[in-house]
Amino acid sequence: MWCSGLHKRYGRRVAVDGVSFTVERGEVLGLLGPNGAGKTTVIKMLLGLVRPDAGEVLLLGRPGRDPRARERVGYLPELFRYQPWLSAAEVLTLHVRLSGARVPAAEQREALALVGLADRAADRVGGFSKGMQQRLGLAVALVARPDLVVLDEPTSALDPLGRADVRDLVLSLRQRGVAVLLNSHLIGEVERVCDRVVILDRGQVAASGTLAELLGRRELRLRLGGVTAAAEARLAATGALARTGEEFTVALPAEDDGVAVPELIADLVALGVRVHSVEPARISLEDRLLGILRHEEQS
Amino acid sequence: MTATLERPAVRTTGVVLTVAGLTLREAGRRRVLWALGALTLILLGLSAWGFAKLASVSVGGAGLTSGEARLAASEVLNLVMFGYSLVAALGTAFLAGPTLSGEIESGMALSLLARPVRRSTVLLGKWLGLVVFGSGFIVLAGLAQFVVVRVAVGYWPPDPVVGLALLAFETAALLTLGLLLSTAISPMASGIVAVGLFGSAWVAGIVGGVGVAINNSSVAAVGTISRVVLPTDGLWRGAMHAIQDPSALRTFGGVEGGAFPFLSAQSLSGAYLGWVVVWILIIGGLAALSFSRRDI
Repeated sequence: MWCSGLHKRYGRRVAVDGVSFTVERGEVLGLLGPNGAGKTTVIKMLLGLVRPDAGEVLLLGRPGRDPRARERVGYLPELFRYQPWLSAAEVLTLHVRLSGARVPAAEQREALALVGLADRAADRVGGFSKGMQQRLGLAVALVARPDLVVLDEPTSALDPLGRADVRDLVLSLRQRGVAVLLNSHLIGEVERVCDRVVILDRGQVAASGTLAELLGRRELRLRLGGVTAAAEARLAATGALARTGEEFTVALPAEDDGVAVPELIADLVALGVRVHSVEPARISLEDRLLGILRHEEQS
Repeated sequence: MTATLERPAVRTTGVVLTVAGLTLREAGRRRVLWALGALTLILLGLSAWGFAKLASVSVGGAGLTSGEARLAASEVLNLVMFGYSLVAALGTAFLAGPTLSGEIESGMALSLLARPVRRSTVLLGKWLGLVVFGSGFIVLAGLAQFVVVRVAVGYWPPDPVVGLALLAFETAALLTLGLLLSTAISPMASGIVAVGLFGSAWVAGIVGGVGVAINNSSVAAVGTISRVVLPTDGLWRGAMHAIQDPSALRTFGGVEGGAFPFLSAQSLSGAYLGWVVVWILIIGGLAALSFSRRDI
């Protein structure tokens, strides 16, 4: 899946402004961003539900305008609702027919079993709880043997157990070589399953990269006494420096060469600094996300 | 894997039939069928009773002659058939409205339209399902009504097949308009506007009939123009002509009979029927265009 320069305007408000990214086979891409960042609009443009004002989409080798591009795409919308007058099994059969795939009934039942609805196959969807409808939506997204699965907030109505199920499902899809685009505001969820992350803010890509690239930055937290100007300069020479009272935070290079930290401490001691504590830390995706979004706000 | 081997035309037909089947199943399971069935039975029962009474009416101590009875039956039958066409129009307009805009509003359309289907194909499937539903109702209810009249007063319309076909055509025209409206405005509004237009066209038709009767060409033009712009009334008048007793027109004064709401002076021309087909194609094409450009 590939998209480039997607642009969408609703009246005078620009919802999506020049978004480009790709999802490779067997890769899980996380789409992150605050409410109203344009994540769902981007997804809808990928699936031909919303017409982009500009930009191109390529799904599984075909242009997005061609309905056949969606032949092997599964989609769970954020606003999931299925025909209440049909049974769960009938909803799946309907989607299999529309997808043009030939999926035997036994395999359709397996899809329902996979999301824990095996014993509700014959029940009308109208009587389902929100969580069960979302599970059904997952089965709908998976039933026609997709090569690309787009999940828009797939766990919004699920309990912690259901969330763990979705995580396992996404991981098993990746193992089978299926490309997954996951939009979720649950950072922990994204952090656990995604290979790469695209962060959207106000319709633009604020940052993107592999988790290692985005989170690779390590930092060092120090509590120091008697810090002179020379010592502070030495700290700043290592990486970006933040100070609150006696607490110092220094950003470290992504690759650990094994000498940066000991050398820094030795130099600090030589400069007469009293070193109370040294604590290496890794930035969480949440900190990184907040950092990026706040930085955007300031600029 | 096998899916890509299917020829596009075969696949499009498959999608149209799947969506048409879905629409029919919705009508069946949402109890629209039951409600319509119950309404029809009530209407049939009441009309059976009314027609039986009509047969035994006496004017000044003497019963109606068979000619008078036929005349009266034919007139009342037109009135009752108008009731059916109204029920079919209301039913399909209120089914056509929610079916598109309702599904878009609720989000039901999202997962469906993300499938490898063209929106125009989905729309055609919906249209087909609704046409089968609406015409099925008109044909069954209309036939049952003809049988009731036949049993009660011994009257059988001169051209029942043409009459029912034109009523089914009328339903198809109105629901096509309903679909177009529902691609652009909210479900409730589209139903109301479709029924409102249907009613106005009917009234305009009567105004036009009065114009013909009083020989005022500009008033007569009201009916003609409205029949071209929205052909439901034209089709209804054609259907009435096929259902009513031919002697009714002579009795009520030839062409001037057009002023009566339940009497039609002329059968429909081939050119007019051709125009209705073109009209449905235009409105359906506009609906497909508006639906495929819409952001879901």
